[in-house]
Amino acid sequence: MERVGFFTDTSVCIGCKACEVACKEWNHVPSDGQGFLGSSYDNSGELGADRWRHVAFIEQKLPVGVEGGAPDSFVQEAARQNLVEEGLDPHTDEDGFRWLMSSDVCKHCTEAGCLDACPTGSIFRTEFGTVVVQEDICNGCGYCVVSCPFGVLDQREEDGRVWKCTLCYDRLQGDMEPACAQACPTDSIQFGELDELRERAAERVEVLHERGRSEARLYGESPDDGVGGFGAFFLLLDEPETYRLPPDPVVPTRNAGTVWKSAAAAAATMAAGIAIGVLGGRR
Amino acid sequence: MVPREKPTTYYGRPIVKPPVWKPEIPFYFFFGGLAGASAVLASAATFADRPELARRAWAGAFVGVTVSPLLLIKDLGKPMRFLNMLRVFKVTSPMNVGAWLLLANGGATSLAAGLNVLNEKRRAGAPELAAAALGAPLATYTAALVTHSAIPAWSEARREMPFVFAAGATASAAGAALLTVPAEEAEPARHLGIAAAIAEEATTAVMHKRLGPLADSYEKGKAGAFGKAARALTAAGAFALAAGDEAVPLRLGKRRRRTLTVAGGALLLAGSVCKRWSVFKAGFQSAEDPTQVIHTQREGGD
Repeated sequence: MERVGFFTDTSVCIGCKACEVACKEWNHVPSDGQGFLGSSYDNSGELGADRWRHVAFIEQKLPVGVEGGAPDSFVQEAARQNLVEEGLDPHTDEDGFRWLMSSDVCKHCTEAGCLDACPTGSIFRTEFGTVVVQEDICNGCGYCVVSCPFGVLDQREEDGRVWKCTLCYDRLQGDMEPACAQACPTDSIQFGELDELRERAAERVEVLHERGRSEARLYGESPDDGVGGFGAFFLLLDEPETYRLPPDPVVPTRNAGTVWKSAAAAAATMAAGIAIGVLGGRR
Repeated sequence: MVPREKPTTYYGRPIVKPPVWKPEIPFYFFFGGLAGASAVLASAATFADRPELARRAWAGAFVGVTVSPLLLIKDLGKPMRFLNMLRVFKVTSPMNVGAWLLLANGGATSLAAGLNVLNEKRRAGAPELAAAALGAPLATYTAALVTHSAIPAWSEARREMPFVFAAGATASAAGAALLTVPAEEAEPARHLGIAAAIAEEATTAVMHKRLGPLADSYEKGKAGAFGKAARALTAAGAFALAAGDEAVPLRLGKRRRRTLTVAGGALLLAGSVCKRWSVFKAGFQSAEDPTQVIHTQREGGD
C-alpha cells in the first residue's frame, strides 16, 4: 500500500472552514464551545481533541503588490472619516494588507513522537502510513500530548482519552478521500499518494516563485527533517511560527540516547553514593 | 520569555500543548524517588549490618512502591486503564518502561521488606539486590519521562535532570529514615541527607545555567515559588541535620539533637516534594510560551 497524506497549499486557502465543518460532521467530533477569541476570523483557536482541522487567519500589514486598486466609494470614504473622528486608526490601502489563511492538521509524521511515546500501543501506524489512536486501548495517560512537537493531540475532558485526526481511516478503507479534502472548494487541501503530492508541491512552489512570490516555501515535505518528513505537509507564505507551527520540529525519540544515558548515569551515581555513604562509615 | 527580538507567534498561542497531568504526577515523582532510593539505602544498610536503619529504609521503600501505583491509577481516572499499559513492552516509551520498572521494583521491594520483617537479622540476598538494582533507575526514570518530551524546558534539561532527581530521591530516602531511626544508627542517613541536599543544589545550578533563557520556566511563576521553597526547606533540613550531629561542637542534649534530626528529615522530605512540583510546573510554563519553542529550534538549543 502506498503511503498517503495531505498537501495543504495555503496560497489558495480562502478561509471558508469547510474542512473544519466536514471533519466534525464525518468524524462526529463534539463541539468544543464557541467563543470570541479576537483573533481575526479565527474563533476556534487551535488543533485539539475536539478540532482535527483548524483554519488560521493571519492579518499582516504588508504591501501586496496590487497596482491601481478600485477607487473608494463615498460610503467607504465616509466610514473611514468616521473612524478618524472616533480616534481610531483606519486601515488604508497604502499601508498594504495581506491575509494569510491556512488549514492545520495532524502531520502524520514519519517518526511520530506520539506513537513512540504511547505506553499502551494504542497509537499505531496504519497500512496507509498514517498515525491513528485506537480509542478502546487509549488509557488517557497523556504522554503523547507532551510528545507531539506540534501540539496536535489533546485529552477530551469527558472521557479522559486523547483524540486526533485519523486522516479519515474509515474512509480510506472504503476507498474514499478524507472528508476535509473532499469539502475543500479550492483544492487547498489535496489528498493523495505522498510521493506524488511532493512532486506536485515542488511544481507549485516553482510556479509561485516565477510569479514573484518568493516567500512561498514548503514545510514538512523533506524526509531529512527532525521527524523524517510529514505525511501531511504544507506550502506556506511566511515563517512557520507565524502559523503556530514549530520552525524546526524534532521528535523527542531522537534524543532518547541522551535521555536514557543520563538517567542511567544518575541512577548509578546515586547507588554508588548511597553505598559509599552507608558502607564507608561502617564501624 | 526569551530575551531576544520578539518573534512572530500566532496570537501568542502555545505551539506545544501543556501537559494534561494532574497533581498526582508530581507526588508520584516524589514517592517513586523515595521508593527507589530507599530500596538502595535499605539494601546497603542490610549489607552494612545496620538493622535499625535497614528496617526504616525498607518501610520507606514499601510506602513508596505502594503509594506510587495508586497515584498513577488515580491520575488515569479509571483503575482498569492502568492494565492497558501492561499489554505491551515498549522501549521507545519511558512511561511504559517506567510502569514495568515500578511493577518489578514493587515486587522485589515488597519481598525484601517482608523478609526483613520476618527476620531482622537477615543477611542481604537476591531480593535485596534486585530491589536495589531496580530502585536506582526507578528514582531517575521519572526525569527521563519528562525530558523525553517536546516541551523545551524539560527536553533541553535531559542531561542534568536525572541527577537533580537522584539527589532529591536520596534526600527523601535519608529524610524518611531519619524520622524514626535511633541515634546510634542515624549517622549514615544524616550524612547522606546533607550530601544529597548539597548535590541537589549543585545539580540544579548546573541545570539552570545550561538551560540559559529556558531556565526562566523554573525560576518564575509558580515553578519559581516551588523552587525557592524547595531550596529553603532543603537548606534548612541540611543545617538542622548538621546541628544535630554529635561531631558538631554544639552544646545540645540528646533530646535536642534528636529533635533537630527529626526536623531535618521532615524538612528534606518537604523540600523534595516542592522540588518535584517546581519541575512539574516548569513544564506547563515552558509549553505555554511559544517563544521558547521558537528560540530552541531557531538558535539550536543543541
